[in-house]
Amino acid sequence: MSDAIIRQLAERVPMGSRVLDLGCGDGALLAYLQQHRACTGYGVELSDANVLACVKRGVPVLQLNLDQGLSLFADQSFDVVLQIDTLQHLRNAETMLQETARVGRMGIVAFPNFAHWPNRLSILKGRMPVTRRLPYQWYDTPNIRVGTFDDFEVLAHKNGLQVLEAFGLQDAHEVRWMPNWRAGTAVFKFKGAGA
Amino acid sequence: MSLIATPRFMHFPDALPLQSGASVRDYTLAYETYGELNADRSNAVLICHALNASHHVAGTYEGQDKSEGWWDNMIGPGKPVDTQRFFVIGVNNLGSCFGSTGPMHVNPDTGRVYGADFPVVTVEDWVHAQARLLDALGIEQLAAVMGGSLGGMQALSWTLQYPARVRHAVVVASAPNLTAENIAFNEVARRAIVTDPDFHGGHFYQHDVIPKRGLRIARMVGHITYLSDDVMSEKFGRDLRSAVVDAQGQTTDAGEYRYSTQEVEFQIESYLRYQGDKFSEYFDANTYLLITRALDYFDPARHHHGDLSAALAKTQAKFLLVSFSTDWRFSPARSREMVKALLDNHREVSYAEIDAPHGHDAFLLDDPRYLELVRSYFGRIAQESHA
Repeated sequence: MSDAIIRQLAERVPMGSRVLDLGCGDGALLAYLQQHRACTGYGVELSDANVLACVKRGVPVLQLNLDQGLSLFADQSFDVVLQIDTLQHLRNAETMLQETARVGRMGIVAFPNFAHWPNRLSILKGRMPVTRRLPYQWYDTPNIRVGTFDDFEVLAHKNGLQVLEAFGLQDAHEVRWMPNWRAGTAVFKFKGAGA
Repeated sequence: MSLIATPRFMHFPDALPLQSGASVRDYTLAYETYGELNADRSNAVLICHALNASHHVAGTYEGQDKSEGWWDNMIGPGKPVDTQRFFVIGVNNLGSCFGSTGPMHVNPDTGRVYGADFPVVTVEDWVHAQARLLDALGIEQLAAVMGGSLGGMQALSWTLQYPARVRHAVVVASAPNLTAENIAFNEVARRAIVTDPDFHGGHFYQHDVIPKRGLRIARMVGHITYLSDDVMSEKFGRDLRSAVVDAQGQTTDAGEYRYSTQEVEFQIESYLRYQGDKFSEYFDANTYLLITRALDYFDPARHHHGDLSAALAKTQAKFLLVSFSTDWRFSPARSREMVKALLDNHREVSYAEIDAPHGHDAFLLDDPRYLELVRSYFGRIAQESHA
């Protein structure tokens, strides 16, 4: 994740929040939130290398498999739950979205927008897209859930989530106009129906 | 760099009141220290031992090859817990048989060897005794307390009994209490010892015998539970012992059954018998009973109607918890219970679940992911402690 994107996402996290970062990678975003936005919280990671990277940075990290749910976390126990480039790897993506809304007073989800125009062009040519944002071949991609900006709006509605803010990110710039066409990354800020 | 360890002894004239209501007076704790305490006394790390270990945590004894401490791969100069940065203390618990006052010592009240009369000690009692040792060493607050298995229970108990005296707790392959299955294994071990005719109600010292048969079986049962099915299959499988010649001069080749019910046939039997024999040579039977009982009794949630989150509300420390995927005696699920309770209390906690095949024993072994993780965590502690 580039520093510019980290800043874009961090701006959405209120100062002093208690944050749960699902699929926190090497902990860069949480470290930024700790240092610049006075946040506390934990990352969740499956990979040994990323867990180690978090510990090295001083970011509290829990080695858990998200496909086994969020039973460790109490209802509404975090101000913000982040799922940054995580959703597309999860078998139970919808359940995790519900869990995110249960555990967090607010959720922020970012994922690659499959409807970004270069991807559409590639499909029109009859080939799965291989881009900077989606660098994998179809047969070895870890992105097992490919969806679009518009798809997420439908899923959010189906689950009764209240979308607080939705925009695209392209080259670290916010895309507000036709993000489903023009942005490689979709970002949604939402809260659960009960929150 | 090699580290030469020197055992030390501290005598405590004041009686230690125990959880049971009894007390121990005139007792001695054996301990070792490695590294230097810094000027502001902020770099002390206490290592708590499990069932059959001692204060000899790291280094070797002068002139004695192969006398490495039980956690020498973890602790020492340049090791994950680096004794060039930290002042590390290993202490032998009360009731043990490696130098601290225990059942084989003389009870000052009667002038006779304690034997079975040594009072029942708990994890909390050990922690209390360790705290007194730290008082005597002039250490108000620990940079970290660390332990695996039963040692992890002591580390957890430190954060409850002396919350302000612990900055970090590293709890490895441990549990917030024992399950019924776990207590059951302990009970098998205890019955093996107590029903050995050489046990004499725990007063075997005066009969000049040792209940070795009981100790052997206790150790065999224990050993099985420290390994995983996978690692046992890999190490021994169904391999048979090597060729043997019996008393009648009859030879059985390697790979041939002897059709005997009592002789060693399989490698695993040979291994367990060897481990049992070795253990019965150095471990005290009364100590085994005491330590397994301390394991059974530990249950900080007990006074909170089983609510571990309520029990851990007292903690102030930051935590690192580690479990191992194939450890079925102190399973990852038990570590996650502690993680959950700490999360409920908004404590700073990191948790790693190491995918290792070695069962409970993994906490003592050289897994690079595990050692690197602990090294990194202690690196952060050192930065905080200016160690």
